[in-house]
Amino acid sequence: MIGLAQRQGALEIRQFLRSRESVVFTMAFPVIMILIFASIFTWDITPGVSFTQYFVTGMIATGLMTVGFQSLAIQIPIERDRGVLKRLRGTPMPPWVYFAGKVVMVAAIAVVEIVVLLAVSVGLFGLELPSTVGKWLTFGWVTLLGLTACTLCGIAFSSVSRTARGATATATPVALILQFISGVFFVFTDLPAWMQQVAAVFPLKWMCQGLRSVFLPDAFAAQEPAGSWELGKVALILAAWCAIGLVLCLRTFRWSLDR
Amino acid sequence: MDSAISVHGLRKAYADVTAVAGLDLEVRKGEVFALLGPNGAGKTTTVEILEGYRRRDAGEVRVLGEDPGKAGAAWRARVGIVLQGTGEFDELTVAEVVRHFAGFYPTADDPDRVIARVGLTEKARSRTRTLSGGQKRRLDVALGIVGRPELLFLDEPTTGFDPEARREFWELIRDLASAGTTILLTTHYLDEAETLADRVGVIARGELVEVAPPSRLGDRHRAPATVAWRTAEGAVEATESETPTALVAELAARFGGEVPGLTVTRPTLEDVYLRMIGEKA
Repeated sequence: MIGLAQRQGALEIRQFLRSRESVVFTMAFPVIMILIFASIFTWDITPGVSFTQYFVTGMIATGLMTVGFQSLAIQIPIERDRGVLKRLRGTPMPPWVYFAGKVVMVAAIAVVEIVVLLAVSVGLFGLELPSTVGKWLTFGWVTLLGLTACTLCGIAFSSVSRTARGATATATPVALILQFISGVFFVFTDLPAWMQQVAAVFPLKWMCQGLRSVFLPDAFAAQEPAGSWELGKVALILAAWCAIGLVLCLRTFRWSLDR
Repeated sequence: MDSAISVHGLRKAYADVTAVAGLDLEVRKGEVFALLGPNGAGKTTTVEILEGYRRRDAGEVRVLGEDPGKAGAAWRARVGIVLQGTGEFDELTVAEVVRHFAGFYPTADDPDRVIARVGLTEKARSRTRTLSGGQKRRLDVALGIVGRPELLFLDEPTTGFDPEARREFWELIRDLASAGTTILLTTHYLDEAETLADRVGVIARGELVEVAPPSRLGDRHRAPATVAWRTAEGAVEATESETPTALVAELAARFGGEVPGLTVTRPTLEDVYLRMIGEKA
C-alpha cells in the first residue's frame, strides 16, 4: 500500500521537476516576490520589525497556498481534460493512490520551498529563525494544517471548472485576491475592516498570522487585530478548512466529465 | 460460461437524446468482435458502459461475469482498455510510463517486452511528448495490454496509423487473439474489421442491427454478383446476376474470346455496411 503511494508520488515529483514552467512558477515566484518587495519597502512597521520580515512570513504562507491549492486546482483539471484520470481509472489502481501521489508531491515541493524561502530571507533580509522548541513546533503545525487545508481545497476546487483553461482562469484570481486581503502584500491591520472580516473566513490570513507568531518578536502580537497571536483560533479555523475541503472532495470529485 | 460480454436491453439517454436504445450483444470468450457504426450511433457509449466508465439507464450487463458498474480492482486487472484519445504523460519516457502502469497489475507482463511488441523499443527512452500520433497510439495499446488482460477493449485503435503501422498492429492483435485474449474492437476501417474480426456487429441509432462474420454480413455471400463489361460501342454495361459464371461464359461466346473490361464483383463489406446504416437512418 505504501509502495503504491510512494511510486505514485515519485512519478508526480518526476513529472513536476521535468516541466520547467511549473518549477519556475511554484518555486521561483515567491523568491522573486521577496526580492522585489524587500528592495522596495524598506521601512519598519514597528521598531525592530521591518516590513520585509512581515512580508517574508506572508510569502511562506503564500508559497504553501500556491503549492497546495493553486497547483492542484489547475493541474487536476488539465489531467482530467487530457484523459489522464480516465486512463488511471481504467486500471486496478485504487483511487486513493492518485491523491496520495499528489499529497506526496505537494509535501515534497513545500518542504523544498520552505527551505529555499527561509534561506533567502535569513541570508539576505535578516529574518531570524525561531529560537525556541515551542516556536518550531508552532511552525510545524501551522505549516502542516495550512498545507493540508490548501491541498484539500485545491482538490475540491478542481471540480469547479469543466475545462483546464477555465481552471487556470478561476483558481489564479482566487489565490491572488486572498493574498491581497490576507495581509501578504500589506500589513493586515492597515486593511479596511470589512476586508479583514472577509479574509478571516479563509485560511491564508490565519496561516500568515500563525507564521508571524513564529518569526516575529513576541511584542509584535500587540499589533495583531486581536492584540494577540490567537493560535487557538488559527488551529481551529485551519482544521475547519481541512474538514470542509475533505467533505467537498469526497462529494464533488469527478474522474471525468462523462455521465 | 462462454460469454465474455453479455448485454440485454441496454439503454442510455443523455438529457433527451437516446444514445443506446435496447441493445443486445454477446461476445464469446476468445473471440475478436468488431463493432461498426457511424459516429453518434452509440458505439462509444456502449463500450464505455462495458468498461465501467458510464452508468446505464436500464439493461443487464455482464462483462467477465461481473457488472462493470459495480466491479472492483480485481475485475479491472482482467480488463485492458485502449480509449479514444487518452491522456499522455508528456514529461515521462515511454519506458517510465509502461513500467508505472505495469505496477498496477498483479500479473503484469514485462514492460520491455510490451514496448517491443508495440514496436516502440527505439523510443523507449524518449519523452512521450516527442512521439508522433501513431506512436502515441501504440503507447496507448501498450498500456492496455501490459496487465495481460483476458478482455481487451480497443476503441478506434489504428486512427492515425500509416499503412505499415496498421499491418504491424493487426499482427499484434492476431497474436493476442491466438493467445486467447477476447477483443472488442470499434473501428471506422472496414478492412480492419474484415481482417481481424471473427464477427462484426453493426450499430445504428443505438441498436445492434446485425451480427455476423464479416463475410456473411447482410447476406453478402448470397448477394448477386455484378458483372460488368464494355460493349462494342465502348459503353460500360453492368448486370446483377445470381449465376455470374454462366453469364461470363455467354459473354465470352458473344465476344468470341476475351470480354473487354470484364469485372465480376460481389458487394464489399463497405457496400453492405453503408446500406445497413442507410436503411436505419
